[in-house]
Amino acid sequence: MSEHDQNTGGHAGDHIVPVTTYIAVFIGLLVLTGLTTEVAYIDLGRTAVGRGHEIDWNTVAALAIAVVKMLLVVLFFMHVKYSPKLTKLVVVAGFFWLAIMVSLTLSDVLTRGWTDTSLPWSVLLPFLRPLLF
Amino acid sequence: MAHTAHSPALVHQFETKEQQHDAGSLGMWVFLVTEIMFFGGVFMAYIVYRALHLDAFIAGSHLLNVTFGATNTAVLICSSLTMAMAIHSAQTGKSRGTIVTYLILTMLLGIAFLAIKFTFEWHHDWVEGLVPGLHFTYSGPHAPGVQLFFCFYFFMTGLHALHMFIGLGLLTTLTVMAHRGRFNSEYFAPLEVSGLYWHFVDIVWIFLFPLLYLIGRHWGGGH
Repeated sequence: MSEHDQNTGGHAGDHIVPVTTYIAVFIGLLVLTGLTTEVAYIDLGRTAVGRGHEIDWNTVAALAIAVVKMLLVVLFFMHVKYSPKLTKLVVVAGFFWLAIMVSLTLSDVLTRGWTDTSLPWSVLLPFLRPLLF
Repeated sequence: MAHTAHSPALVHQFETKEQQHDAGSLGMWVFLVTEIMFFGGVFMAYIVYRALHLDAFIAGSHLLNVTFGATNTAVLICSSLTMAMAIHSAQTGKSRGTIVTYLILTMLLGIAFLAIKFTFEWHHDWVEGLVPGLHFTYSGPHAPGVQLFFCFYFFMTGLHALHMFIGLGLLTTLTVMAHRGRFNSEYFAPLEVSGLYWHFVDIVWIFLFPLLYLIGRHWGGGH
């Protein structure tokens, strides 16, 4: 292997990422760090989505920038862009299972107030009371 | 199974150097996926408790110093670049001195991160009485919830710092190996998989920074 055979196909073992790519990713990461810090002080507003919840667009912006930074690191610094499909599948599966955990947990926690679980019982109580007491 | 012109860097169970390299990276990624779920559980708990105690977590977040958080983010990004350059140097057959230089730069940046974290941030938190269980004297609004925020803050940044120490241990070993001339364009697997680990720890911080320091910042001190 020498530095001249950079384009020998999809194998990470062969592929040498050019220094210019690393520098570009590095500058991108620094710019996004500055951007997310500055945006944090600007009120981007909130949108009510019903049932007492609202989307805070500052949180959305901060997490979106973090995801872009993560993708830059994963794809270029961690060479996943140049890795075989099997490695890509494992990486995607990891984040997919994390997404399952987050979405199912939030679907519980954020919806706990949505149904009045005491309602069926309170409706039945006048009828049940003579039977029970 | 007689391989002619068998490269000394290729161990016998692999057909090609590419297959060996891909297997090594895949194995490291399987480990990193368990790390994603490991940190994911802590992030999940943070998200749930933040949703339940929103005002307190915002008040707690305002007690952190964004400048230190942002500086440390930049320091870790620099260390990821030097780590990537260390691997690149080995891949392109640069001298052992070049690899060692990049590895030592990476270590120095890692140490700078921990120095900022402990001497400026944690020390300041201790002086201000923001350490739950040991020295917590904050009595402003939402004090119990702020205490909960700082439990998360110290656990998450502590867990991340522990990973940084492990990374520095790996880098020390790599530096010694590089100094002994173990790495070349044929063999750099320890650099590659340790690099994956180092970049992963960087990614954890990329999410810790907005979650702990930034979100809710625009709502002002008391909300």
